[in-house]
Amino acid sequence: MSNDDQILEEFTSKEYEFGWTVDLEADEAPKGLNEDIVRFISAKKDEPEWLLEWRLDAFRKWKEMKEPTWPNVHYPKIDYQDIKYYSAPKKGAAPKSLDEVDPELIATFEKLGISLTEQKRLTGVAVDAVIDSVSVATTFKDTLAELGIIFCSFSEAVKDHPELIRKHMGSVVPISDNYFAALNSAVFSDGSFAYIPKGVRCPMELSTYFRINAANTGQFERTLIVAEEGSYVSYLEGCTAPQRDENQLHAAVVEIKAAANAEVKYSTVQNWFPGDKDGKGGIYNFVTKRGICEGDHSKISWTQVETGSAVTWKYPSCILKGDYSVGEFYSVAVTNNYQQADTGTKMIHIGKNTKSRIVSKGISAGKSQNSYRGQVQVMKRAENARNHSQCDSLLMGDQCGAHTFPYIDIENKSAQVEHEATTSKIGEDQIFYCQQRGIDEESAVALIVNGYAKEVLKQLPMEFAVEAQKLLALTLEGSVG
Amino acid sequence: MLSIKNLQASVEEKEILRGINLEVKAGEVHAIMGPNGSGKSTLASVLAGKEDYEVTGGEIDFLGKDLLEFDADERAREGVFLAFQYPVEIPGVSTTNFMKTALNQIREHRGEKPLDAVSFLKRMKEKMKLVEIDQSLLSRSLNEGFSGGEKKRNEIFQMAMLEPKLAILDETDSGLDIDALRIVANGVNALKSKENATIVVTHYQRLLDYIVPDYVHVLYKGRIVKSGTKELALELEEKGYDWIKEEAEAQA
Repeated sequence: MSNDDQILEEFTSKEYEFGWTVDLEADEAPKGLNEDIVRFISAKKDEPEWLLEWRLDAFRKWKEMKEPTWPNVHYPKIDYQDIKYYSAPKKGAAPKSLDEVDPELIATFEKLGISLTEQKRLTGVAVDAVIDSVSVATTFKDTLAELGIIFCSFSEAVKDHPELIRKHMGSVVPISDNYFAALNSAVFSDGSFAYIPKGVRCPMELSTYFRINAANTGQFERTLIVAEEGSYVSYLEGCTAPQRDENQLHAAVVEIKAAANAEVKYSTVQNWFPGDKDGKGGIYNFVTKRGICEGDHSKISWTQVETGSAVTWKYPSCILKGDYSVGEFYSVAVTNNYQQADTGTKMIHIGKNTKSRIVSKGISAGKSQNSYRGQVQVMKRAENARNHSQCDSLLMGDQCGAHTFPYIDIENKSAQVEHEATTSKIGEDQIFYCQQRGIDEESAVALIVNGYAKEVLKQLPMEFAVEAQKLLALTLEGSVG
Repeated sequence: MLSIKNLQASVEEKEILRGINLEVKAGEVHAIMGPNGSGKSTLASVLAGKEDYEVTGGEIDFLGKDLLEFDADERAREGVFLAFQYPVEIPGVSTTNFMKTALNQIREHRGEKPLDAVSFLKRMKEKMKLVEIDQSLLSRSLNEGFSGGEKKRNEIFQMAMLEPKLAILDETDSGLDIDALRIVANGVNALKSKENATIVVTHYQRLLDYIVPDYVHVLYKGRIVKSGTKELALELEEKGYDWIKEEAEAQA
């Protein structure tokens, strides 16, 4: 066995660290999807009539739609009637304070390394934790409330701020936008809502931690972030899922709205269960994320570190409607074993003097397939639009694949669009160089990969960056090409 | 310190080293010279533990330990350092970060605590002077966009940081102008002590004007065919390698 093979072997036999389940009594919907299930979910959540109608409308549209086949991913046909669309930990009504939260849940989060307790105050992170489908507890709500910031679960927002939800929900990602967005709109169970009023700079990172616990449950959360004029918020999303043999479906929708001079940073570290080394199990991560820079001089920045999921289909995008608005997309996507990722972004330039920047770093190992798919669109009235795209692929071993699908669509002659792409392999020479200085193989790979991904990682808030670095190291321990 | 007995090594079935014998004691400087393709760099790589080379026979004893039992990183932690002929680029990783990782792994191996930030910086500053290297260079991605001279000075800087027992300089003079050569050589000389040893692998005598060897060995077709003192190097400079080749062929 050559050195490469040996290292790859070690690397591919690494197990998913977060593969455990907790016995939580769950309140579930029966398997299957029909109008009754949609009504069941809506009733469970005690929703107003307009929302039920909204869901039913989405469901009817979804039934007419076809699952997309254009992504460069392959998976067995999903039986949508074999999935449970609602699962909530059973323990009375929504908790009023942390004391009321099921201790076992708290333990779950502690295993994940996130604590809902006051410890977070020190790190300045407010957490809205979503386990299966219901938001369990939201910390720091009071501190934020003083500034007029709303940060709560989606269900709470529906109850407490129906006018905001009604106004903004579906305005960036319409219910019939795509197959999975329609599905989400019909059955979404919970998620997070953040509202930053005019001129307010959110003093702490807002954070959501998603986790899929119950077997055979799809998780369909929705996130809506509304940043009013001149406001700023940095939002973090982290995800893990327990290890299961069956594939689990995750179809989320994230909508961001930025008014004039507002800035929203959205960071994701996605670590859903990727399946085992033979490609069994794992999460199907079909997510629609989109932001609109509505006002002039607004900015939306997506940063994602994608290490998990069996299949990923995800294109966090920016609609640059306001003049001088800015969209950014920074991505590290790692695939290993039999993972497949088709991810990238869309930058749609509508306003004048709009700017976008894309930095995508793909890392493929094992027998995985990693695709970047990006679209830069410059509309007719988008004078002086600028885009710079950089798409790099790093390969480990000779059985994986890296693909790039850039689409550029320009209707205004003043546009300047640049696209750079590179493909490289982690060299045995690089590893040897590190080893010769006393650095072991695993640390060497971690060092090289983190160096490669640095441009993206440095976009993450400090605390998250450290976690992401560890995650990269963990996913790619000891791999060479 | 280092005892090489009848070392044979091949790459892709091709035999390159055909029985090397070499004794290096602490405090000594040995020069390995020889024409192109004689196996000089192979010897350096084999000592450092590069996997591309298969050791087919012989033994290497380093401070009482069988070096061939160790992987490259373990050898480094035992005190073997190779200054590369072609230092490798690692984008996004600064020399500072690289050295911190390396030094702490070596310290861990020795059962020492990692250096705190202040001590690490102090050590960096001290060693930077030695090779006249600038802080800004150490903050840049390792070897990326470095000039030939900067790369080689960076190698010696790393050597200074890690304080190896045995330093192997593989064609460190290649691609250096005379000023860079002097700086690099001064650095190496400053690091010399009674406790460590240096092996200088070079094609030309030039470097040996600055780093004066105790012994000079000539490698030809995978064997050491002649050993002597520094005068041997001068003789080679004057007469070239042809007479060595002839002598070797005649003996064979």
